[in-house]
Amino acid sequence: MKTQRIVNVGVGGQGNLLASNLLGLAAVDAGVPVMVSEIHGMAQRGGVVESAVILGGATSPIVAEGEADILVSFEPVETMRLLGKCNRDSIVITNLRPLPPFTVAIGMASYPDVEAGLKLVGRRVGRLVAFDGQALAEEAGNPLSLNMVMLGALFASGGLEVPVRAIKKMIRRHTKERFVPSNLKAFDLGFKYAQAA
Amino acid sequence: MDRLLSPTSGKRHLLLGNEAIVRGALEAGLAFATCYPGTPSSEVPDTLYRLRKQYPDKVQYYFEYSTNEKVALECGAGAAVAGLRTLVTMKHVGLNVAADPLMTLAYTGVNAGMVILTADDPSLFSSQNEQDNRFYARLSGMPMLEPSSPSEVKEMTKYAFDLSEELKTPVLLRTTTRVNHAREPVTFGRLGKVKTQGRFVKAPMNYVTVPAVSRNLHLRLLKVYDQAQAISERSPWNRIVGRGKWGVVTSGVSVNYVLDALEELGAKNQIKVLCLGQSWPLPEKKLARFLKSVERVLVVEELEPILENALRAIAQEKDIAVEIVGKSRKHPAKSVDVEPPKFLSRAFEYNPRLVRQTIAKTFGLDYTAPKPVSTKGLPPLPGRPPNLCPGCPHRATYYAVKEVVGSEAIFPTDIGCYTLGLLPPIQMADFLICMGSSVSSAGGLSRATGQKVVAFIGDSTFFHSGITGLVNAVHNNHNFTLVILDNGTTAMTGHQPHPGVDTAKLGDPTTHIDIETLVRGLGVQHVTTIKPLKTRAAIKAIQEAVDYEGVSVVISRELCPLFARRVAPKRYRPFRVVEDKCKGHLDCINKVACPAMYLEDGKAKIDPNLCIGCALCAQICPENAILPVKEAS
Repeated sequence: MKTQRIVNVGVGGQGNLLASNLLGLAAVDAGVPVMVSEIHGMAQRGGVVESAVILGGATSPIVAEGEADILVSFEPVETMRLLGKCNRDSIVITNLRPLPPFTVAIGMASYPDVEAGLKLVGRRVGRLVAFDGQALAEEAGNPLSLNMVMLGALFASGGLEVPVRAIKKMIRRHTKERFVPSNLKAFDLGFKYAQAA
Repeated sequence: MDRLLSPTSGKRHLLLGNEAIVRGALEAGLAFATCYPGTPSSEVPDTLYRLRKQYPDKVQYYFEYSTNEKVALECGAGAAVAGLRTLVTMKHVGLNVAADPLMTLAYTGVNAGMVILTADDPSLFSSQNEQDNRFYARLSGMPMLEPSSPSEVKEMTKYAFDLSEELKTPVLLRTTTRVNHAREPVTFGRLGKVKTQGRFVKAPMNYVTVPAVSRNLHLRLLKVYDQAQAISERSPWNRIVGRGKWGVVTSGVSVNYVLDALEELGAKNQIKVLCLGQSWPLPEKKLARFLKSVERVLVVEELEPILENALRAIAQEKDIAVEIVGKSRKHPAKSVDVEPPKFLSRAFEYNPRLVRQTIAKTFGLDYTAPKPVSTKGLPPLPGRPPNLCPGCPHRATYYAVKEVVGSEAIFPTDIGCYTLGLLPPIQMADFLICMGSSVSSAGGLSRATGQKVVAFIGDSTFFHSGITGLVNAVHNNHNFTLVILDNGTTAMTGHQPHPGVDTAKLGDPTTHIDIETLVRGLGVQHVTTIKPLKTRAAIKAIQEAVDYEGVSVVISRELCPLFARRVAPKRYRPFRVVEDKCKGHLDCINKVACPAMYLEDGKAKIDPNLCIGCALCAQICPENAILPVKEAS
């Protein structure tokens, strides 16, 4: 089985760790070897949250510079910040809706031109799937379901060994009951968007 | 029911490394557990605490959050000497606090399995240093196990209890962040039988470490060392993988990087790997045989060159002509958050790419790593530093202290969320080395400089190691103000209880200790308790404390809002800036910089979804332009 190294990045509160955990659970369910790693600590305090999912049998829990097969980013500035994890063949899946850091909000720093930055990213990696995932989450009826949208896009464009039914089963089993319908809808919206892109 | 309590064996579950430690301990029949929380170890005690609270009828172990790591180890030692299987957990620097009991507990030994978890943090994701706690095995003489993954840590934890019981000595379980915080499928074994009733058999000539006793106990420890070494020689945790004329010796999480690299380099028939899981005492004979069987050996270990130096000594002693390649003499020029190390260095964690490239280079294998995409031409990216939460009372306390003493005073600080007071615009953190250093260093700083000194310490940290420093300050007539930031919980590590928490709110059967009563009992003459979000009164009280000659203490009491949401939820009314009243002084932004605030066209605004209505900004606005949403509309 081919090793696939997936890096998930987002901002505290966006549900990045849950997405990685669900993918890990789905992999176990489908019998795909998996290792997940996360950096805890400052998640609740507005910092960057990064996690990695390694599928296919490699046992190293982290992904080095230039070695992410897929980068899934919940926020466009974080996509650019982690570009060094990618190589010319990497697939980059990114939400386009900015979540300005506090430093920008109080005028200590400025938020960059996302379009220009991502154009550069698109030229340098194998494939860029960029879309307003937050809008799809809102369309699904739950603004907090961005993580499900991003999972959907990952499953549509990542060529993962883990089947869609396994991840859907884990969404049903491991997310809060009242959010399951909107989570599944968000997953489907992300999936459809990335499939058509 | 929680999967961690599942009685059946054979099933695979995706577990966090720290959950795997819990499961391993339960399979070993854990009866007693103590800890002080600290990243990356915290989920071990937090899981034990949660399970005991949620399933009081299903779990049989005693668990406590102890005041600090020394207390945790000593309390655990009592249980283990009385014959209960005991787990004590802490982060790497916690073992410094517990080093005193550790060293002599190695002499007395224990009567039931005792496992001490030390969770190291290479690359300092959440720590004040990246010390290598493998030295503690060498310093104390206690055996050490070093798992490489969640599934291994489960098995090793279980084994560690048996090993400890066999040797009658505590065993150190040393993990690193990448083992504690990785998730992997773990195969469950059966839950162990728990012996819950201990019995202490008096034997003062074994347990009371006066010199005459300890001389003998030291000899006992040396015998235990020999026994442990013999076990290590035949331990399945010290295994050889692959074959070939070249060798790699490795341990801990690096085992994965090395084994993955051989797979990816197609070098499994050229290079064999000695993975050291039972890493102290070293299996010297096994290592010597390994060295003899290869032409060149590479040592892959994070942090200090401990195995490397040991291998050089063995080669010299046994006269083995083998080339040993290890750490570079160079040090990384840049911090790891700027650039990962390019060679095996003594600083920072390793990664699969670095290890793969080093193996290829060392053994002359043909390999080109994928090239990272260039980041040239990307726009400058704004930082996203962590920040005190909206409505955090620490921000209000810092504001009030700065209004009184300005920025010129010296601010020794301590370990907790409030260390974020380092960042602008607060910038009130000047010196920090360890838990409790705020109080004690304040005395030195004020004596040495004669300057105004205001020290900050959190409530949990105060109980952990601030009390003795405060006694010292009172006794030696120091002159400074100590601000105890009492937010009613151990916020930074995930809201664990401590002796000062409101136990009724948590529903825990523990006893609350009042900080003010304690501080007065220590002999502090000037003590005030303030509500930091009542700004004017807080400033007045701080002014009086700072004016007092001698040691004064201000207890700034307000629940952590994240914690309050859980234990005492109430409805918050957000505030807003009334546009026609705001004249753009921007005190609210420049002095307190709450994450609920933002600038729009040069004017301050408040995000009603983030604001929790603490009203700090409203109290400092010179135009009274900030009002609760309802009144303003």
